Amino acid sequence: MTTQPPMVEAIAVHKRFGQVEVLKGINLTVGRGEVMCIIGPSGSGKSTFLRCINHLEKVDAGQLYVDGDLVGYRRQGDKLYELREGEVARKRAEIGMVFQRFNLFPHMTVMANIIEAPMRVQGVSRATAASRADQLLERVGLTGRESAYPRQLSGGQQQRVAIARALAMEPKLMLFDEPTSALDPELVGEVLDVMRDLAASGMTMVVVTHEIGFAREVGDALVFMDDGVIVESGPPRDVLSNPQHQRTKSFLSKVL
Amino acid sequence: MAAVVVLVLVAMLAHWLVATKGLRWDVVGDYLFNSAILTGVRRTIVLTIIAMLIGIALGIVLAVMRLSPNPIVSGASWLYIWFFRSTPVLVQILFWYNLPAVMKSLSLGVPFGPSWFHTDPKTAITQFTAAILGLGLNEAAYMAEIARAGILSVDEGQTEAAQALGMTRLQTMQRIVLPQAMRVIIPPTGNETISMLKTTSLVFAIGYMELLTTVQVIYGRTFQTIPLLLTASIWYVAMTSVLYVGQYYLERYFARGSAR
Repeated sequence: MTTQPPMVEAIAVHKRFGQVEVLKGINLTVGRGEVMCIIGPSGSGKSTFLRCINHLEKVDAGQLYVDGDLVGYRRQGDKLYELREGEVARKRAEIGMVFQRFNLFPHMTVMANIIEAPMRVQGVSRATAASRADQLLERVGLTGRESAYPRQLSGGQQQRVAIARALAMEPKLMLFDEPTSALDPELVGEVLDVMRDLAASGMTMVVVTHEIGFAREVGDALVFMDDGVIVESGPPRDVLSNPQHQRTKSFLSKVL
Repeated sequence: MAAVVVLVLVAMLAHWLVATKGLRWDVVGDYLFNSAILTGVRRTIVLTIIAMLIGIALGIVLAVMRLSPNPIVSGASWLYIWFFRSTPVLVQILFWYNLPAVMKSLSLGVPFGPSWFHTDPKTAITQFTAAILGLGLNEAAYMAEIARAGILSVDEGQTEAAQALGMTRLQTMQRIVLPQAMRVIIPPTGNETISMLKTTSLVFAIGYMELLTTVQVIYGRTFQTIPLLLTASIWYVAMTSVLYVGQYYLERYFARGSAR
């Protein structure tokens, strides 16, 4: 029996924007079915790292694997070849992503938002995509809103549609980039509930968040990042209740 | 006070239009639905539509090329826009019309290699095709800049969301970015169309019988210059007014899903 590779494995990942080094060697492993939460002050590089996982940002040095495959490159002998656009797109189709500002397509109805990629990218028929979308809308509690336009929905509803849109591609990994940061406080709960259900269903998730309660309760692992490095990681309860590093302590004292 | 001044000026203009015998409104009335004039009107419309279709289609292609990460592709687009914007459209129309004089054959194929399509430029380039080429290719350069501004106006998060879903650059452009860019592209395109309707009159220089050329030919014979120019003007005003209405409905259609 062969052991399956971890869902995400980062080895000394570096990323710079011009002169600024944003990621200074990230090592991290996310197992299958695991929920990994990444916390840290803004500018710590946590969102950038998340965007590297589906190649929205290019890694400058180090290696990043998703499901055993190198992200953005193909190894042939000793050499690495950059993947062509179509190949990158195919890999991205297997990874769902939810953005801070939802990024729903405003000119399309909720239904059209959800079935667009399954139809165009996977070649699924409209009928199949629509019935899958109906199930997903039920799952995120938005049955009956399929013909609404995004601007007619509240932020929390929009974010739940965005989650349904990502799930419509039947991804093996879900990335969440501060999914509740742009929401009014009273709408945060409904989005976290959907994410909690998703985690319970066994989805592998990497969640960049400021919701410490969610990280403690749902996360299998917690990473605290600051200034482009992982300062501390471990089971959420340990890191949160008994931080070892001064930087973690001072960050937690501000957000808790 | 300002309203009074305006009203007085309008009254003066109305009086001048009615009282000036030389305007010969009776002649205007005779020619307004003259069959030669109507043919000219039809040709002006056809010329405007085809030139704009070429301009919009090629303009969008040029805009997408201009934003390509590949420097050869974006450079080619830049060169096209630069060249066609820096020469007068009248010169371009004359250029296309006179091109057959220096070209023995026109063919499509591999440079210095075999060709698949072959034609005699003297028959291929008529007054009509020269007019279309001159107006359409020039318009594409302007439409490219309009389309580019529209594409850049769409939030970058839209492209990221589409890419994260596995859509290719082309799919993202077609399905996500361009439909949203249309809101910014449509109003200036309406202006371009209205401007094109009148720019078609430049083809009098190569003798294509659209509205203005037709009118010129008639008053060249009858010397009723002003009444015939008035006839042409009435038609231009009428056609432009129709475009105003069309633009209103197009803008409304492409604003769907947005609050404004």
